[in-house]
Amino acid sequence: MKILDEKIECISSEGMRSLQLERLQRLVEYLTKNSQFYQGKLEETGVAAGDIRELSDLTRLPFTVKADLRDNYPFGMFAVPMREIAEIHASSGTTGNPTVVAYTKKDIELWSMVMARAISIAGGTPDDIVQNAYGYGLFTGGLGVHYGALELGASVVPISSGGTKRQLKLMHDFGSTIITCTPSYALFMAEEAREMGYDPRKSPLKVGILGAEPWSDNLRREIEAAWDMTALDIYGLSEIIGPGVAQECPYKNGLHIFSDVFLPEIIDPVTGRVAEEGESGELIITTLTKEAMPLLRYRTGDIVTISHGTCECGRTLPRISKILGRTDDMLIIRGINVFPSQIESVLLQVEGARPHYQLVVDRIRGLDTLEVQVEVGEELFSDEIKQLQGLKEKIRKEIESVLALVVDVKLVEPKTIARSMGKAKRVIDRRSA
Amino acid sequence: MPHQISVFMENRPGKLERVTDLLADQGINIRAITITDSGDFGILKLLVNDPGKACDILTGNGLVAVLKEVVAIRVIDSPGGLRDIGATLTRHRINIDDAYGFVLRSGQSAVFVIQVINPEEVEVILKNEGFSLLGEKDLYQL
Repeated sequence: MKILDEKIECISSEGMRSLQLERLQRLVEYLTKNSQFYQGKLEETGVAAGDIRELSDLTRLPFTVKADLRDNYPFGMFAVPMREIAEIHASSGTTGNPTVVAYTKKDIELWSMVMARAISIAGGTPDDIVQNAYGYGLFTGGLGVHYGALELGASVVPISSGGTKRQLKLMHDFGSTIITCTPSYALFMAEEAREMGYDPRKSPLKVGILGAEPWSDNLRREIEAAWDMTALDIYGLSEIIGPGVAQECPYKNGLHIFSDVFLPEIIDPVTGRVAEEGESGELIITTLTKEAMPLLRYRTGDIVTISHGTCECGRTLPRISKILGRTDDMLIIRGINVFPSQIESVLLQVEGARPHYQLVVDRIRGLDTLEVQVEVGEELFSDEIKQLQGLKEKIRKEIESVLALVVDVKLVEPKTIARSMGKAKRVIDRRSA
Repeated sequence: MPHQISVFMENRPGKLERVTDLLADQGINIRAITITDSGDFGILKLLVNDPGKACDILTGNGLVAVLKEVVAIRVIDSPGGLRDIGATLTRHRINIDDAYGFVLRSGQSAVFVIQVINPEEVEVILKNEGFSLLGEKDLYQL
């Protein structure tokens, strides 16, 4: 398969490091000159542009967090005057001020370039018809994919999200070969298709570029079987650029992160210690070449692992894992970092259905305990006690082997786990009470 | 063939009341009941006069309940009444997953309910051996 930007995507590790260092030095200089926000922040930290002599000096730079963006609403993070701004996006802001992100014309070119790479890594070429079912508008998903498809030279159908019947009709009539949407929508569309009497396996789709929400390998298998296509993960966040930060290739060995422009670090979210190769930690990204709103060491909150070996596809770009969890819902139990998503993936494997569960953390006689409550649904229920006990044991052993932690599993009646806004409350931590 | 309702229940005070409340409100009469306990959860098994309706009521109220076919055998309520059934089941190598019994009229007749892997086949065997089996209607209209 052709590699779009071979010079970068297959660069040697020394080549990459010197490119990153050069860009990092230029970035810190740029921010010192143009960003009021970072002028203050760098001064506080006592780091000047000249202090960045090697790549490891990166760790001397201050972190940026989501609250910084909210506190500086709407335009306080911009490093250019408004006349330089080409496009402004914003999050929905359900919990306070929305997060605003902005792009200069050059930033849009960067976005187009990384998204073109992403589509190409997934196997896309100018011959493809990209049905872009990410939402267009303030959400960065729709326009990001759109720009990338244009840059690559593919044909793009800007259908946006929703309108499933029309999605299916145009997909069929136009012969769309690539679908871009969330994984859950890909699965939903397949179900709708079958209900309409249309076999999704006969669709013209070859590849799904799916993202904007975390998803498991089990869900991948389900989507791939439903559509008879390759389903690949795309990673991005609007603070960094939108979609196009990292993309999985058909070898499915992790997501190639575009580290020539988005410098990644993996750290222990509590201690800040740099994680070893393959060890999980929080993904931190520095945008090396952005103009409108560059970010230094932005804490994504996403827990991943990173690996640097050359991929089977030939690319040397480092690969991040799928998102293993979020720092916001990480629990530390007896010194072990536990993410609800780890437990969820075990339950998915045991039952094959999306389970409802709740974690109850407590401290009994000075010792942390973790109880995993699993709702017993119709599909799980056997009226033989020994089968239910077997199921409980199986869940317990699987979770213990994944977490390396002793847990208690309790089977509970359906809908006993409190739900708010249709979303289950996953964790009850009684230790502080 | 008669059906029993199996209900998943957490082992907590008030759980049995909830189930019986729901059934009583809708005029469901319970013929027989057993509870198997396993620490923090248990399985409640019920024979009622309208199993389909009862099962819908329970699932409609968020409980996990399923209908299971069972074999109901009429037994004479006197010493040795159950022994003949035991002997026959042994001879045919039939394994019982779960069973319970209840008396219909003291000193006259009782019912032995068994849960087996292949209830239809077991029904035929028992009928051929001369046992009196209770059908769906017989059982609920006792």
